[in-house]
Amino acid sequence: MEFLSEALWVLLLGSLLGLELIGKVPPTLHTPLMSGANAISGITMLAALTLIIKSNDKLPLLLMGSIALGFALFNVIGGFFVTDRMLSMFSRKSVQRKVNR
Amino acid sequence: MNNAQILKYAIDLIAVFLLALGIKGLSKVRSAREANRLAALAMGLAVIGVLINALGKDGISISAWIWIITGSTLGGLIGMATAKKVPMTAMPETVALFNGCGGMSSLLVATAVALFPETQSQSSPIVVGISIAISVFVGAITFSGSMVAMAKLQGWLSTPNWTQNKLRHALNIAFAVVCIVAAIKQFTEGKGNESLWLLIIGSSLLGIGVTLPIGGADMPVVISLLNSYSGVAAAAAGFVVGSQLLIVAGAMVGAAGLILTQVMCNGMNRSLISVLFGGSLATKSSTSANKSEYNNITSCSIEECALTLEAAERVVVVPGYGLAVAQAQHTLREVTRALEITGIDVTYAIHPVAGRMPGHMNVLLAEADVPYEQLKEMDVINPEFPATDVVLVLGANDVVNPQAKNDPSSPLYGMPVLDVQEARTVFVIKRGMSAGYSGIKNDLFELANTSMVFGDAKKVLGDLLVELKELGVGKKG
Repeated sequence: MEFLSEALWVLLLGSLLGLELIGKVPPTLHTPLMSGANAISGITMLAALTLIIKSNDKLPLLLMGSIALGFALFNVIGGFFVTDRMLSMFSRKSVQRKVNR
Repeated sequence: MNNAQILKYAIDLIAVFLLALGIKGLSKVRSAREANRLAALAMGLAVIGVLINALGKDGISISAWIWIITGSTLGGLIGMATAKKVPMTAMPETVALFNGCGGMSSLLVATAVALFPETQSQSSPIVVGISIAISVFVGAITFSGSMVAMAKLQGWLSTPNWTQNKLRHALNIAFAVVCIVAAIKQFTEGKGNESLWLLIIGSSLLGIGVTLPIGGADMPVVISLLNSYSGVAAAAAGFVVGSQLLIVAGAMVGAAGLILTQVMCNGMNRSLISVLFGGSLATKSSTSANKSEYNNITSCSIEECALTLEAAERVVVVPGYGLAVAQAQHTLREVTRALEITGIDVTYAIHPVAGRMPGHMNVLLAEADVPYEQLKEMDVINPEFPATDVVLVLGANDVVNPQAKNDPSSPLYGMPVLDVQEARTVFVIKRGMSAGYSGIKNDLFELANTSMVFGDAKKVLGDLLVELKELGVGKKG
């Protein structure tokens, strides 16, 4: 019961924090922000990891945990990289590439 | 509490703090890139925390290590390859794909715990039962919904006509009822495998049933909403395995995603309810008013267009989805560069929902080396249109439709639009007279100062560049 009450507080405060964090977002950043937040939602990889660790070497658990971990890491790594790629285009101060045509 | 546990708590706290800073920083242009890296760092720390805790408690077996490394390497490498390879125009569907996989992961974890109750966290069985049901339900909806969204954006799937029927609501309600019954059975009977499978199938079908009828224009909102869901699924998975870090991070993403969804809806003048249950705009408007026929269309040649541009002093480009589809942003940049060299003032008017997602157009133009300062937001550029000589509308349609201001009966009425008709001359580069996303006729095309240039955006811009060069535009001095 102790975990539940603590966890519910954590849930409440986490939600409030999330609501507060994004106040004014310039439209420019909607896509990168969505993509970045999406990468963070891959945090469920921790659950997959815990599952594998607690599996007691049972094959079906190891397998499901491993697949879950793979999906989550696809989400996390891909998400952060793609966000970085998008944002790198903004920070690059208009490198004038010569166009010879 | 042993040392490893204390260390894990410390790491978790730091990770939560960094994640919050990351989300915060992502909403400002200057800090966005660092913020993204900060969030990635936080995720890495969180993994280390879990591993340290496990090593300090019972250790991690060899086979567990093997499966951990195999799964994470495979997923991580494929993710990295996808992220590096995918073109910028395909960003919305990429986010949908990643997001769906996150949902799938929560779904798999919850299913595994339900099938093997010995892996449950030490909290009460009721809590675990409810969280498993939520995690499975939301995870499956996120996965199937995201996959449908991706397939529709890729053009693999269109909106079937029957999905616009009102009966679809009954079908979806039926799916939802199945889910609720299965979920209740699942946690009252404990180890009921049939009810678990029923829940998985029911929620997957619900995800498809809700997403399929939604039109392409509204898809970004759906993806953003599904993104919020995957946060909820992660938080529920946190309850299942007993991880507070998972709960707080999931809750944060869930709430932030919801706000972002609302912000996007506001930009498109749509309510979330009408996006989710209203079906696609196009079919509604075509049944209500069949006035999609055009009169008094002026079309003009590329040569005329080039001559007008050469004589202009101020040019505003309005890029839209069509530009992205034609992959013409680089050719556009060459044209505008030529104009700039000749001393013509060029700016870009960016509607909040230009492209396929809010902010998507900014990314695409940045990719083509358009200086950030030349991108003007709608509120900034609108008062400047009367002093503009030429407006080039490239593959944008609904966002320049004056109906949104003048015609209260129009479904677009009230949507903020760019007032391009205020400019002296408007060129609309378009493949044909087909309607935009909304399927609504565009009054702009009939105005006296509007000329249509028909053709594929990339080809037209290429030819335009040639014509301009012949006129001597783009040469210094």
